Amino acid sequence: MPHMPAHAAPTPPSIEADALSVRIRRTPVLDGLGFTVPEGRITGLLGPSGSGKSTLMRAIVGVQRIRRGSLTVLGRPAGASALRGRIGYMTQDPSVYRDLTVMDNVRYFGALHGRSAADSRAAVEAVGLSDVARRRAGSLSGGQFSRVSLACALVGEPELLVLDEPTVGLDPVLRADLWGQFHDLAAQGTTLLVSSHVMEEAGRCDSLLLLREGRLLAQLTPAQLRERGGSDDLEAAFLGIIRADLARQEAGLPAPTKEHAA
Amino acid sequence: MNPRILAATAARVLTQLRRDHRSIAMILVVPAGLLSVVYWLFENETLPPGAPRTFDRVGLIMLAIFPFVVMFLITSITMLRERTSGTLERLMTTPIHQADLLFGYGIAFSLMAALQSGVATGVAYWVFDLDIDGNAGLVVAVAVLNAVLGVALGLFCSAFARTEFQAVQFMPVVVVPQILLCGLFVARDRMNDVFQAVSDWMPLTYSVEALQEIAANSEPTGAMWQDFATMGAIVLGLLVLASFTLPRKSS
Repeated sequence: MPHMPAHAAPTPPSIEADALSVRIRRTPVLDGLGFTVPEGRITGLLGPSGSGKSTLMRAIVGVQRIRRGSLTVLGRPAGASALRGRIGYMTQDPSVYRDLTVMDNVRYFGALHGRSAADSRAAVEAVGLSDVARRRAGSLSGGQFSRVSLACALVGEPELLVLDEPTVGLDPVLRADLWGQFHDLAAQGTTLLVSSHVMEEAGRCDSLLLLREGRLLAQLTPAQLRERGGSDDLEAAFLGIIRADLARQEAGLPAPTKEHAA
Repeated sequence: MNPRILAATAARVLTQLRRDHRSIAMILVVPAGLLSVVYWLFENETLPPGAPRTFDRVGLIMLAIFPFVVMFLITSITMLRERTSGTLERLMTTPIHQADLLFGYGIAFSLMAALQSGVATGVAYWVFDLDIDGNAGLVVAVAVLNAVLGVALGLFCSAFARTEFQAVQFMPVVVVPQILLCGLFVARDRMNDVFQAVSDWMPLTYSVEALQEIAANSEPTGAMWQDFATMGAIVLGLLVLASFTLPRKSS
């Protein structure tokens, strides 16, 4: 992959949000988010179901209109047409063509990015579906099916990968496998934003965005999360932070200001 | 528009269709079968000497109606699936342009429509001796244009349906009135003023008119070319309208 190695001199962040707010049909979904996503790292987006993770990801890939604030992606406003070839997006519900084979799906998304048949084979190989490449996507198991969707996001070799719950429904071996691949991609300079509600996966990220009810509770590293949440168990630590936030809300104190971590 | 993306999209749509044998049969075999029904319905009619067979009039118009109906159905459901399965939103994050997608569908289904009218027109001419003055190539051209019309209308209507069930409901609302008022059952100049005015706004009217021109004249007439132009303009207008139903960003 052609971009800068991750350990080079400080580069501008891949994603920068400032006072970002999103409403869907008049309901506020994201409220005043400010954060940065560093280049060439894995940033985890964590929060309970309904906290706005998917909406934030949709705003980043440019399919959700933002209401207020700014959102800069790879140096341009989110949704700019020049960004479309540089971002890979995997939706939460696998969005691929069920009536096409695995390879036909990946080839089509590859063709949209100007990639060759060899690139498509490599992407199918990378998600471990070479054996079923000629099978109809709709006939695969749930875990295989979501990996077809992942391959379609990988085939364009994007600079920024936005993955909405990519490991849902996968067995532990496969999950570890995929996280290994995410780290390889990051080592090659790809920026990854990965959402999850499994806190165990938070430990595999370089940086974490904790979201709750459309607000950003904190941006920190897993080590900082353990420290602030007062527990070595990330799940418990996150709960600790949520409880502190609830207590603050009940006391009528303002939400915490944004914190930046590496 | 990007030729590579356009070609990839058309090829993808055709591949999806190819894996669906029942739809292929629906497109290629069913119209020819229905045409046979029309032929045998009028097989034993008694005609005054010199009068044209009913089949030559009705069968000919059927050749234009089949591709319109079939392509409208297939397109509106395929496009609705694209909208509801999340693939449309995903496509919008890639370098594809809305026009690539719409024309990709248009090209793929028009190819199928050309095959369909080839089969149906072939059956009408060679099996049932369809007898008209004009050129068979022009009949196929009208049929293909009608198929594209069905595609464009289907793409547009799919935006107003949330489920496949709702998409099918557009059949009686959008398609059947056009069949009733296009001049197949009652000539347009014998309809009341209201129906006549309404049918002026229906695309199918112009294809039926074009077919009647082709049937009555051995050479293409100016009126026929005008009908072609009107249909072409309606198709383009519908495709432009359809592109507005594909916003990149939801609000």
